[in-house]
Amino acid sequence: MALAVRDLRKVYGETVAVYGISFDVARNEIVGLLGPNGAGKTTTINMILGVLAPDAGTIRIDGHDLARARRQALERTNFAAVYAPLPGNLTVRQNLRVFGMLYGVRELNRRIGEMIERFDLAALAETRCGVLSSGEQTRVALAKAMLNDPRLLLLDEPTASLDPASAREIRASIRAFAAEGTGGVLWTSHNMHEVQDVCDRVLFLSRGRILLEGDPKSLPAEHGKENLEELFIAVAREPLSLGDVAV
Amino acid sequence: MISGRRVSAIVLRLYYLYRGSSPRLMPIFVWVLIDMTMWGFMSRYLNDVAGPGHHFIPALLGAVLLWDFFSRVMQGVTTSFFEDVWSRNFLNFFASPLTVTEYLAGLVIASIATSAIALAVMLVVATVAFGLSFLSYGLALIPFLMVLFLFGICMGVVGSSIVLRLGPSAEWLVWPIPMMTAPFAGVFYPLSTLPRWMRAISAVLPPSYVFESTRAIAAGRGANFGDLGIGVALAFAYLLAAGWMFTRVFRRAVRTGLIARYSAESVS
Repeated sequence: MALAVRDLRKVYGETVAVYGISFDVARNEIVGLLGPNGAGKTTTINMILGVLAPDAGTIRIDGHDLARARRQALERTNFAAVYAPLPGNLTVRQNLRVFGMLYGVRELNRRIGEMIERFDLAALAETRCGVLSSGEQTRVALAKAMLNDPRLLLLDEPTASLDPASAREIRASIRAFAAEGTGGVLWTSHNMHEVQDVCDRVLFLSRGRILLEGDPKSLPAEHGKENLEELFIAVAREPLSLGDVAV
Repeated sequence: MISGRRVSAIVLRLYYLYRGSSPRLMPIFVWVLIDMTMWGFMSRYLNDVAGPGHHFIPALLGAVLLWDFFSRVMQGVTTSFFEDVWSRNFLNFFASPLTVTEYLAGLVIASIATSAIALAVMLVVATVAFGLSFLSYGLALIPFLMVLFLFGICMGVVGSSIVLRLGPSAEWLVWPIPMMTAPFAGVFYPLSTLPRWMRAISAVLPPSYVFESTRAIAAGRGANFGDLGIGVALAFAYLLAAGWMFTRVFRRAVRTGLIARYSAESVS
């Protein structure tokens, strides 16, 4: 199992952000973590990344307990998020080298070369990341995220602010990562067409709870909705109308 | 277990930043050059007007040189830390296997490199232009540099903790730390000049033992190694306390989500 989350809970003062949720991400699986703003998606991802301490529950990444074996767990993880761009004052190659060393990547020069080729970054390798376009920065962030061939890849809205052609390329790269490698992907997005296209399974999060879980292609019909976007809107507006909490 | 490779990654990042940036490199040289020039002439002038028996070059210029060394060490840590504040890089770093100890070790190594360059520049100017003989301090030079280096690292870590706790705008509280410490450390005058309450603060500041000794050596009395031992012990104690403080602030930041949310403005 790439990721096993059990009874994860986070409270800020009087506000419960995440209510003891449990879910798994298998190897070669792409799981969509969906929900309206404030549902607890980013809180959940931050806890999995080890930058936010949960109040209860366990997170195991490739079998390693994040609380007890942080280094081993995080060596097998990586992420890309629109709100965490790589330092703009280093070039693409410099950033990949620094983060490759942090993640303990072996044969780093060769691996950097592979990532530069895979994400079509050769012409930008010596350019500072701060002057790249949104699409180029996303490609660099994904190159960094896949540099250590992670068992768990976390992607927080990786295609936000991309044009449709760039977004399609990025989706293809992520699908290839999941299909060819040994890692699983946890993906958040507000683009339901994209989620339906890419994800093997989705989890609908609302007010800190997992409300629904299933195949994004069949789940809307199971709940009397025409498509995933309608289901999303129903979850966002009337979560109680969808029945008991699934997990 | 500390990973040398991850510590090297922090140092390498800073090397990349400094290598390609004259605005980052210049402060290492320029401020210390200005200080050495100004205080060098001031010391020479005071030697002339004070007459025989007064040695302002080792007492005053030497003290300014050592104080600048302390300031450079501190700023070596804080500016390296600020680089990650300014580039909003904490999430990227601390979502990796990097530990707090490895991160701080990288900052300290970077500070050693920049402060060693500054020290070399100051020594060349003070020796060649004003005839300061650093070796005239004798063996006391070792505890002098050790105390100021350790206390500089300590203040750098404390400054970084303040910014991590209060947010990026708190960096304005950090820059004046050396200036606020100098009056109590007796850089330019004997501690006996100070009122009792200020001397009580001086007694717990490691640099004050260094500057009392520089004046004693200049006056021909020799360094008090017993007092310097107290300075070294205090510096070690403060360094441990600073490391503990940073770790506490960092853990709080992880508990409250501050690391994840740390952005360009105040987060307190």
